[in-house]
Amino acid sequence: MSTARAFVTRTLLPEALDIIREVADVTVWPEETPPSVEELRRHCGDADGILTTIMDRVDADLLDAAPRLRAISQLAVGLDNVDVAEATRRGIPVGYTPGVLAKSTADLAMALLLGAARRTSESERWLRGGGWQIQFHPTHWLGQDVHEACLGIVGLGQIGREIAKRAGGFDMDIVYHSRTRYPDAEAEHGLRYAEFPDLLAQADFVVLSVPLTPQTHHLISGPQLAMMKPSAILINVSRGPVVDPAALYEALRDGQIARAALDVTSPEPIAVDDPLLTLDNLVITPHIGSAALPTRLNTMKLAARNLVAGLKGEPM
Amino acid sequence: MTYGHEPVSPEMIATSPNLKAISVVGVGYDHVHVETCRERGIAVGHTPGILSDTTADMTMALLLATARNIVPAYNHVQVSKQWKYYDPNILWGTDVHHATLGIVGMGRIGHAVAKRARAFDMRVLYYKRERRPDWEEELGVEYVTFENLLEVSDFVTLHVPLTEETTHLIGEAELALMKKTAILVNIARGPVVDHYALYDALKQGQIAGAAVDVTEPEPINTDHPLLSLDNVIVAPHLGSATVQTRMKMATMAMENLLAGLKGEQLPYGVLQPNFPR
Repeated sequence: MSTARAFVTRTLLPEALDIIREVADVTVWPEETPPSVEELRRHCGDADGILTTIMDRVDADLLDAAPRLRAISQLAVGLDNVDVAEATRRGIPVGYTPGVLAKSTADLAMALLLGAARRTSESERWLRGGGWQIQFHPTHWLGQDVHEACLGIVGLGQIGREIAKRAGGFDMDIVYHSRTRYPDAEAEHGLRYAEFPDLLAQADFVVLSVPLTPQTHHLISGPQLAMMKPSAILINVSRGPVVDPAALYEALRDGQIARAALDVTSPEPIAVDDPLLTLDNLVITPHIGSAALPTRLNTMKLAARNLVAGLKGEPM
Repeated sequence: MTYGHEPVSPEMIATSPNLKAISVVGVGYDHVHVETCRERGIAVGHTPGILSDTTADMTMALLLATARNIVPAYNHVQVSKQWKYYDPNILWGTDVHHATLGIVGMGRIGHAVAKRARAFDMRVLYYKRERRPDWEEELGVEYVTFENLLEVSDFVTLHVPLTEETTHLIGEAELALMKKTAILVNIARGPVVDHYALYDALKQGQIAGAAVDVTEPEPINTDHPLLSLDNVIVAPHLGSATVQTRMKMATMAMENLLAGLKGEQLPYGVLQPNFPR
């Protein structure tokens, strides 16, 4: 039997590639930009296994063009770019990387939350522009206390729980909303369950950590933003389309909520002429939720091991 | 009533013969010449305690921002507008969870920082003149020597008052002991850190990054060499800058001032009034 062929759609750290190389000939997409639909089809043509990122659309069309494919491994937790039902129907296992990146994503959620609360990006930009002339002013750049504030977590998966844990260190009053209730998490982290409108009304900080599904598309839109406090801060580390960008723009522009910080946008990347980019009370980071060492390496290694397992016909 | 660090010098006090009370809006009083006040029986008040949590929040904001490259990320998307495609290989930062934090000077603010850091599963070390075994038990923090803290910490944060001993506490030698991947956070006082040594250490890659809420001088001039670096975050002294806390500080400072004027015990006194009535 000839050696398996694996196609990896973005550069990985050598340690992770070596794991795949033990069982397959590996082709790595060399560009910084992701492969186009055509290029992806071409490279998957003779692939037994592929390692993908969220930029790669893995649908029936692609699977039709990949007759030898028997394993798909995604370098992410979210799988909204992969037609998992179709892959399963064709007997192709799909791997993903839960757990390993939840803590780093929660770290980033807290970084965005604290940064927005204390206005670190805005004030730094002002300072570098020569704004800091008076040493101390009682009311300039006033932010909001995070300690003892009310945090609303929407979606209590692994990332939501890790956020709850960190928020506990700040003595935050934590309320959550999720499709299912989690009494164990309520006890462990001192959380209160609330219906979605109640959470929006109470929270000083709203963090979104839901998967993207048809139900969560535009979960936050005009009516939800109107329910929030004018001093509220919205943080999105889930998926861009969970938030309606036009509604968010208006809410921030008109002071319906105070500030927002997004690690994910709709579309991604955000267009350079998007009105959201004209706002001072918004921070956007380019999907760096788990972009930290050693986690990024560990995530790559897990995705590599998933691919190897799939190629060997073992559980991922 | 004083804001910020307008120096209250012996000369200034000498020109104010009726001065009974100085009420500092803040916890640090290194800019007030306390000896002269003691001689003259002038009361000095400050606002301890109530800004500890807010300052600890800011410490974590700066630590996380530096660790996860928030400012370069913001610049990439919103300032230089270079975000053209999803790239999993840019803006890699350092994991905060499970990293080692070294707290230098563990008073109320250091204690509050330790509590927050432990919620990120950080290993927390501390150095202070008097060991606090009760806090070690309560928070799960470890006491180490100053040198050891510098050598093994991924993040070093300074929470000492400014005194003669702590001036330039962090200088060339201390920066050389730190890890090349380490990040320094200073929210204490600018002069605790030798800024030129810090610049050199960052430029030469002796440490990986720094975040400072306090500088020497304040304000820092925009052509200061530290600002030419992109692995430094500088905040304009915002440690206690929240609506809630500034209100509390102002109220406390006013209570101190009124007590001092009446010759009564200050609720939060560095020096109680001691002048002939």
